Formats: sequence, C-alpha cells, structure tokens
Amino acid sequence: MATEILMPALSPTMEEGTLAKWLVKEGDTVASGDIMAEIETDKATMEFEAVDEGTIGKILVAEGTEGVKVNTPIALLLEEGESADDIDTAASASAPAPADKAQSSETAPAAAKAHPTPAADVTPDWPEGTKMKQQTVREALRDGMAEEMRRDDSVFLMGEEVAEYQGAYKISQGMLDEFGPKRVIDTPITEHGFAGIGVGAAFGGLRPIVEFMTWNFAMQAIDQILNSAAKTLYMSGGQMGAPMVFRGPNGAAARVGAQHSQDYAAWYMQVPGLKVVMPYSASDAKGLMKTAIRDPNPVVFLENEILYGRTFDVPDMDDFTVPFGKARIWREGTDVTIVSFGIGMTYALEAAEKLAEDGISAEVLDLRTIRPMDTAAIIRSVQKTNRCVTVEEGWPQGSVGNYISSVIMQEAFDYLDAPVINCTGKDVPMPYAANLEKHALVTTAEVIEAVKQVTYR
Amino acid sequence: MLNYLPGAAGVMTEDRLMATKKSAKTPNVSADELKSYYRDMLLIRRFEEKAGQLYGMGLIGGFCHLYIGQEAVVVGLEATAKEGDSRITTYRDHGHMLACGMDPNGVMAELTGREDGYSKGKGGSMHMFSKEKRFYGGHGIVGANVPLGAGIAFADKYKGNDNVTFTYFGDGAANQGQVYETFNMAALWDLPVIFVIENNQYAMGTSQQRSTSSAEIWERGKAFGIPGEAVDGMDVLAVKAAGEKAVAHCRSGEGPYILEIKTYRYRGHSMSDPAKYRTREEVQKMRDERDPIEQVRKLLLTGDHATEDDLKSIDKEIKKIVNDSAEFAKNSPEPALEELWTDIYATEVPQEA
Repeated sequence: MATEILMPALSPTMEEGTLAKWLVKEGDTVASGDIMAEIETDKATMEFEAVDEGTIGKILVAEGTEGVKVNTPIALLLEEGESADDIDTAASASAPAPADKAQSSETAPAAAKAHPTPAADVTPDWPEGTKMKQQTVREALRDGMAEEMRRDDSVFLMGEEVAEYQGAYKISQGMLDEFGPKRVIDTPITEHGFAGIGVGAAFGGLRPIVEFMTWNFAMQAIDQILNSAAKTLYMSGGQMGAPMVFRGPNGAAARVGAQHSQDYAAWYMQVPGLKVVMPYSASDAKGLMKTAIRDPNPVVFLENEILYGRTFDVPDMDDFTVPFGKARIWREGTDVTIVSFGIGMTYALEAAEKLAEDGISAEVLDLRTIRPMDTAAIIRSVQKTNRCVTVEEGWPQGSVGNYISSVIMQEAFDYLDAPVINCTGKDVPMPYAANLEKHALVTTAEVIEAVKQVTYR
Repeated sequence: MLNYLPGAAGVMTEDRLMATKKSAKTPNVSADELKSYYRDMLLIRRFEEKAGQLYGMGLIGGFCHLYIGQEAVVVGLEATAKEGDSRITTYRDHGHMLACGMDPNGVMAELTGREDGYSKGKGGSMHMFSKEKRFYGGHGIVGANVPLGAGIAFADKYKGNDNVTFTYFGDGAANQGQVYETFNMAALWDLPVIFVIENNQYAMGTSQQRSTSSAEIWERGKAFGIPGEAVDGMDVLAVKAAGEKAVAHCRSGEGPYILEIKTYRYRGHSMSDPAKYRTREEVQKMRDERDPIEQVRKLLLTGDHATEDDLKSIDKEIKKIVNDSAEFAKNSPEPALEELWTDIYATEVPQEA
C-alpha cells in the first residue's frame, strides 16, 4: 500500500506551515535523504527530505498552499511494484492522528509536593555517657575525611593547595603524608575543570571529595555541580549518579570584601539532586562529613572560615556519624523558636543567652542540613513556642529563612502568634571597611530585637 | 614522543577535508569487517532519518540533533574499543549510542519520551546513558562533557586498569575554556583519554573560520604537550587507523591523545535549522563525492567483497530494525506519573549496583 508523506513539524512549536515548493513531481523516484519540498514555517524556509525510497505517486497538496496543518498527508509514495492505480484506496485512508497531546495525562501531579511532616527525630546523636574530647572544627573535618579514606580506598581529595601546602586553611593538614599523592591531589587553579573531572571520576566509580578554596570560586564550577552532578541520576533514569562531596569555606570571613564573602546556602538549597550541609559545631562537622562521603549523592558541604578555629566537644568514639535531615536542639525553650545553621548559630545562641537574662525562653534549633531540611523539628518546636525567628548571614531575598517561613505558614499557621521574622545579612555586596562589614552581617542585637518583636516585649 | 602532522594554513574548506590523512590506498581489511562498518553506518543513517520523520510527526519533541553524514566517526572509533572502555559525548549523541551497541528500540523510545527509553523517558534526545555499555551521556551543556570524560579516565587510571575513555566534542565546544582546563590536567596527570573533536565545520550556524582562531584545532594540544592528528572523517578506515594509534598511546599509559576528525553533517544543527549559513551545493557536493557509506559501498562492490544483492539484504535488515524501533517507540507507554518523583536521590550508588 502507498505510504502517505505527511506535513512535517520542523520546530518544537510548529503547528502549520506553507508548502512553498515541490522539488519532485509525480512519477519521480526518490531515495532516503533526497530533498522533496521546501516548507515555510513562521521562522524560516526548510528543506524536507524523503525517508523512504519509492516513486512519487500523487502530490496531494499543491505548492504555494498556506496553512497546511502538521501531519496532513501531502503526497503519496509508491513502493516497488505498486502503481498509481493503488492510490485511490490509499488516499481514502484517513491521516494518522497527530501525536495525541491528551495522552499526557491530565492528572496533575501533586503541585509542590507537600513536605511530609513525620514525627521529628529527637534521639541523641551519641549514647549517654560517651567520653568527649575537645577539638576544633578544622581538626574535626580532617578527622572525618581521614577516617573515611582509611575505610574506603575509592575516596580521594582533590583541590587547590590540598596536598603539599597542607590546605589553604589547613583542613587537609597531614593528609598527604598519610595517603600519598595518589589520593590527596593538588590541582591547578581551574575550578570549572577539576570540578568536572571530579564528577567524571564519581561517574567512573570513585568517591571524590572536591575542595574549593572558597565557595566563591565554585561559581566557576557551578555548571558542573548542578548540570552534571545533581541532574545525572534523573536524566539517566537512575542508571548512574555522582556520589561525591564538594566542600570548602562559605560565607563571610573577615575583611575580604564582596567577591570572597558570599553565603551560598540558599542557592544550593534550591536544587533537587543535591544535598546541602552546613555544620556549626565540630562534632557535626565530623559526623556530617563522614555521612556526606558515604552518601551515594552529590553533597554540597558549606564550611565557615571563622568557625574553623572554634573548639567544641566531640564524642570520642569509633565511627561517629550524624544523619542528614536531623536538626539539633541546642537549647530548649518555650517562648520562641530561633532556627539557624552554620555560623548563624553563633548569633542565635548568643541572643538566646541574653534573652534568658530578660526572662525570655528561646528554643534554638540548628538545622545542620539545609537539604534535606528537618522541617518536622521546626514545626514541632513552633507548635510549642508559637513564634519563630530565623538567622543566617546570607542575603534576604530568597533566603533559607524565607523558605522556612513559607513552610511554617503552610503547615503551622494556626499555631503562630506572630509573623515569622527572618534575620539575614543586609541586601548589599560585602563592604571592606571594618565598621561597614560588621553592619552588613546579621548581628546578635538584631536577633534579640526580632525575638522581642515576635514576643511583643 | 609527539606526532604532529604539519598543519596547512588556510580556511576550512572541502580541500582541507581532503588534505587530511587518508587511509592506505589498498586497505588491509576483511570483507566481513567492511560489511560490518557498512551495516553500522547505515543503521545510524536510517535511524536518524526515521527520527527526523517521527519528529516531523510530532512524536519526538524538543531538540533533535541528527548525526547524518558523521557516521564514519563513531563507527571507525568503536572498531578500536575493547570491553571496559568508556565513551561520552555532547548532545548529537544518537550515533554514538547505536555504534557502541545500545538497543535502537531503547534509544528511539527515549526520543519519543516513553517508559522503555534508556532514561525512562526522562532524559530525551540529549540526555541518554547506558551503564551496561559505559556510555556516560548525552550532555546538553556544550563542552561540559570534556572534563567529565577526563574524570572517567581519571577513575580508570586510579583503579589501575588499561581502559580508555573516548571523549567526543565538536568544533564549537572546542572554544570552551573548560576544554583547555581539561587538556592541562589530562596532560599533567597522563589521563587515558582520547579527545575526539568531531569537526563538522559548523558550530550551530557559525563556521569554523568565523569562530576559531586556529585552522587546525588539534594543534592546540601542542601547548599542553598532547599529541594528536587530523583525520579524514568521511573515511571510516582512516578513522579506524587513527583511532588504533590513539588507543595504543592511551592504553600504554602515555596520556591523552587528540583526534580532530574532519566530518560533515548533512542536516541542520537541529530539526528547526534552515541551514542558511551554507549553500545547498556545498552539502550536495559532500554527499555526492565524500559520503562515508557510499565509499564503503564502493569498496565492497569493486573489491568483489559483496554483491548488490548482499548489500540489498543488509539494507533490508537495517530497514526492519529501524522500522521496528519506531513501532516500539510509538507503542511504549508514556512513563507513569510516579516517575516524576523517582531517581532524584539514590539510596545506593547505581553504577556499583
């Protein structure tokens, strides 16, 4: 039976076009790839090639015809052994229905998938009575990495100055000596390139830890973090992914100006496929680093230069890990919930201490992981305190706090006795001058003020 | 041990294509081998023609970049690969997938966005993968696959095997900064990666001479100490010969190698490209005089390796495979709505599972 040649769609949006010119006539033989016609779309004139071989039996749409709908038969092609006599029956056969748009089911998937609110996990991070030791965040991060590298040969560290220089911020101190240059690798200054090589190595079966000297420099590599690392599992239908950690100091240090002081928590938090960790204490830095390295997904691990030197209690136990998606309650309280993470916790805890002197009891929650976020813990706390203040150093528009506020509105609106206030860094690039910089960051005084506002004191 | 061909100056024309390295006049190649190249190239061509047709019918959406004209590149190089080698490319990827043995049904069903596609319909034309065939995509960001390919090679070197990674990209991608960041590290660390520049002369609608300061892109490797050569990409035997050299170099631990394969795409950049940046005569001349499939066809017939009937039966076999893939791709159901929410986070590393 003769084959119908259909009016083609030549762009993702074309619905109809003009059959500008026939380059073949009835009786001509054509082979695959021969140009048969010129078709005008709203954008341009395109050539239309034959796919099958045969003889043009009949031209159904004359050249110059405008408004020819996509998938309308425009000609009939005869195969070997067919004659033009066969045409009438073929022509009466109706054109195949165009790709049925309605086939894409009308049932809309649940819009923004609601955050399930499971019961908050409030189990302690380590058994009662565990011996503690004092460690800086810097040492805790290194121990976390080193323990995982001892445990798994496929884990390696790469980045600028991580090996011979012992780390720009001395996080990898001693690691070259222990693991050698095969596993602790100095890279050239080439973030885009080595981030991509790291992702490729993860595809290839390794567990890379890619250090950025600061997250500001990772802007050069953000395409690899998002488009290659975060999306591949989905795009491959689950066949392959990027089990790896991107880490380095994030946010403001001290007096390093606008290009070295940005907090990226809110940026990376938005990306499905990534997990985003931002520890405050040394025990969390260690426990979350070990979890991050073991996680089969790409993890963005946001450290902070000012916290590197701070000392905390770290449980002295084998294989201490902290799960993702579990907030930590640093201080229990009844009047207000202060939610923070990373260095924001400094202001949150300081404010809570001072507020206690004024008789205001603040509950302080450290999110620890921004994605997955323990919204259950936030809701649980707000249901008790009925008020919430969020604290972070990042910019106000599209902040982590904004997101937390929306979750509280949707899931605990009736529990709120006051609007949620987001304490953030100011809406300015980071200035260099000491007085301006101090003012550009969130301050403890602002947190206290916000708490007084929501508690109507 | 560098092996540089003298680079001729001048603009990129067909003459330049002809001037690139040719295969030996009397190729030492068996009839079966020739027939298999003929068959593999024809499969890609017919598959792509069919994909173009399905696109025209609205069964394939979005962007669809056809490989017609470039078939000898992947078929020639796949002939040099061994089990364990990897490949990665950009968005013009259908040919690479067929050449490395991925199932035409699964590829076509991905093009139509169906459940039986390689990515369950969630990747589309530009984003397809095969763990089994070590095909690492299918990448839509021009140039981004180049460090990824070097990273896969890094993993092989780290594990201490002798696998190589074929990292394909175009003359357009060759102007991305990350390509040179990768050249630097690949050379520095002796990574077993073959950089395959598929130079089809046009970065979308911009000819090489309008976009690229170097007449010979592979010579840019010299700055990093990476050897390479230009290859006639319309001649599958020339591609294979150059590929063998590159593979031997990489496998022996000597580091990366660059193959700039001068090829030509007959169709537009994508389906919606009217191709006004070149003349119809230019395309037609290439098809008439340099077509990679026609060249092998002639070799087969003039060398008495095959009869017209033999080739006809191959044509018929290919036609059936391609038609079957189209039917399969039309009949495979759309992915279940639940698939929207799967494969965002892994619970175990899938490539290890």
